[in-house]
Amino acid sequence: MIAVRDLRFAYGQGFALTVPWLDVAAGERVAVVGPSGSGKTTLLNLVSGISVPDTGMVSLGGTEIGALGDRDRRALRAASVGFVFQEFALVDYLSAEENVLYPYRIGRGLRLDRAARTRARALLSEFGLGAKTRRRPAQLSQGERQRVAIARALVTQPKVILADEATGNLDPANKAAALDLLFAQGAETDAALLCVTHDHELLPRFDRVIDFADLAGVA
Amino acid sequence: MNALYLALANLRFHWVRTLVLIVAAALVGTVPVLTRTLLAQGEAALTARAEATPLLLGTRGSRLDLVMAGAYFTDDLPEPATMAAADAVWESGLGIPVPLHTTFTAGEARIVGTTLDYFDLRGLEIAQGRPFALLGEAVLGAGAAARLGLGVGDTILSDPENLFDLDGAYPLEMGITGIFAPTGTPDDDAVFVDIKTAWVIEGIGHGHDDIVVAGEDAATAAARVVQFARITEDNIDSFHFHGDPAGYPVTAVMVAPYDDRAATILRGRYLDAEGPVQAVVPADVIDALVARLLRIASLVDAVTVVVGLAAALALGLALFLSWRLRAPEMRTAFALGAGRGTIARLALAEVGIVIAAALAIAAPIVILLIYNADIIAARLIALGT
Repeated sequence: MIAVRDLRFAYGQGFALTVPWLDVAAGERVAVVGPSGSGKTTLLNLVSGISVPDTGMVSLGGTEIGALGDRDRRALRAASVGFVFQEFALVDYLSAEENVLYPYRIGRGLRLDRAARTRARALLSEFGLGAKTRRRPAQLSQGERQRVAIARALVTQPKVILADEATGNLDPANKAAALDLLFAQGAETDAALLCVTHDHELLPRFDRVIDFADLAGVA
Repeated sequence: MNALYLALANLRFHWVRTLVLIVAAALVGTVPVLTRTLLAQGEAALTARAEATPLLLGTRGSRLDLVMAGAYFTDDLPEPATMAAADAVWESGLGIPVPLHTTFTAGEARIVGTTLDYFDLRGLEIAQGRPFALLGEAVLGAGAAARLGLGVGDTILSDPENLFDLDGAYPLEMGITGIFAPTGTPDDDAVFVDIKTAWVIEGIGHGHDDIVVAGEDAATAAARVVQFARITEDNIDSFHFHGDPAGYPVTAVMVAPYDDRAATILRGRYLDAEGPVQAVVPADVIDALVARLLRIASLVDAVTVVVGLAAALALGLALFLSWRLRAPEMRTAFALGAGRGTIARLALAEVGIVIAAALAIAAPIVILLIYNADIIAARLIALGT
């Protein structure tokens, strides 16, 4: 589902990320670990098409991202990639349900229809937030906010889920619960999961763990 | 549609900030229009009144004070002239003189002592009751009647000039016999009385019981005199005036010349710079005043543009800063597939909603003002006095 070959991307003050090879299959759950500043988030940006590599190739579901224009990359990202951010990145003025539906409001090529609304409500119900769909992020606990963020990443039924320190702000109980939801829903759609994490306790639950220090180089 | 939905949701969530932005934008849009409209209407009202006042006679001095006091009943009174000026016009046979004595007020409305000719010359129509016929009767302008809550059959008391001035004018209680229909002119805010009634207020005329008894000298009797504070059927015959009527004071004499030739002759009679009386064509004085006002208006326009620009910049800055605060949301939107166009549509939708709401507030105010500009301008001119 995700294929990276001979990738090189210059960023920051003279830094360049190089990734010779990376494959993540559909339904596979891969954790990426590594020291801060090693380029893990940059890799997620490259895989999702937010950034385009200087050289090399990134392919998403067979589509080479570098060959697409900005508009098509955005459409591909909206339709095929689900994001879970470390700080949840929920929109403060929208309710939990509207936050889940946010990708449909702003994503290129996505249409907010009855099916999407039904899916959003079903996800929130499944995540134990059925009674809190109208609450705003400020009215939810940390764990609840993260569940809303995960529901938002899943609502478009993406082929790829990218999680950047998705459990970093949660207590141990909520970490496990968040990962359970992510895995269970990802499995339903056979989505590839690429999860950047610092939490070594969670690593045994992934199919594969990639140490960024071995995989990539920062020059 | 989605941009509109998100913009509305954001503006509703931050409703205090939104309200401030809308009110500020409404003010920025409304104030210049209001200023312009009122200025134009004020100018029209001033000019119309001046053009409806053919000629004014008064003591030589400020031409503007004479016009403002004689035509607009302002507080800045010129030195009084005398009835001799009106008599001279009668004797010339060149026009109808209408004396105006505007020194006093009642309920803060200007008391205009005049003759019935004034009503004909101004085309004033009685809406209720009848014009004054006797000493001590008053007819109110529509605005004064409404403001004071008075009607036909009520009474109105002239204001004391100075509470501590025991030698000053005595308040006179006057019966209201009529109310004029509104005209949108300074007449609406005036209290009209016969000019002799104004002289009674001034103390030139008075009424009292005949209290002199046989064998008593006049000075002793005068000490017991109690002047009447109201003129009634029972005491009206006791009212009398002292001195030469030609020397009684008037603020101005409005003159309606019989024709252009008579007007020219009349103006020519008062050209002597040493003479005590001057003749003024109000339209000339007001034209000069309006020309000056227009120059000031240009300055006001320039200031309005600068202030409007500053306010618009401040509003823009407020919107910009609020967008800076939303940078994380924009990053999220971008990551989820939004483009610059989506973000721009979102920003435009918010600005559009704020402007539309500001227009929705400003429009009724502006429309209301434009429909009532004549009344508001007349009130402002009266306030300015």
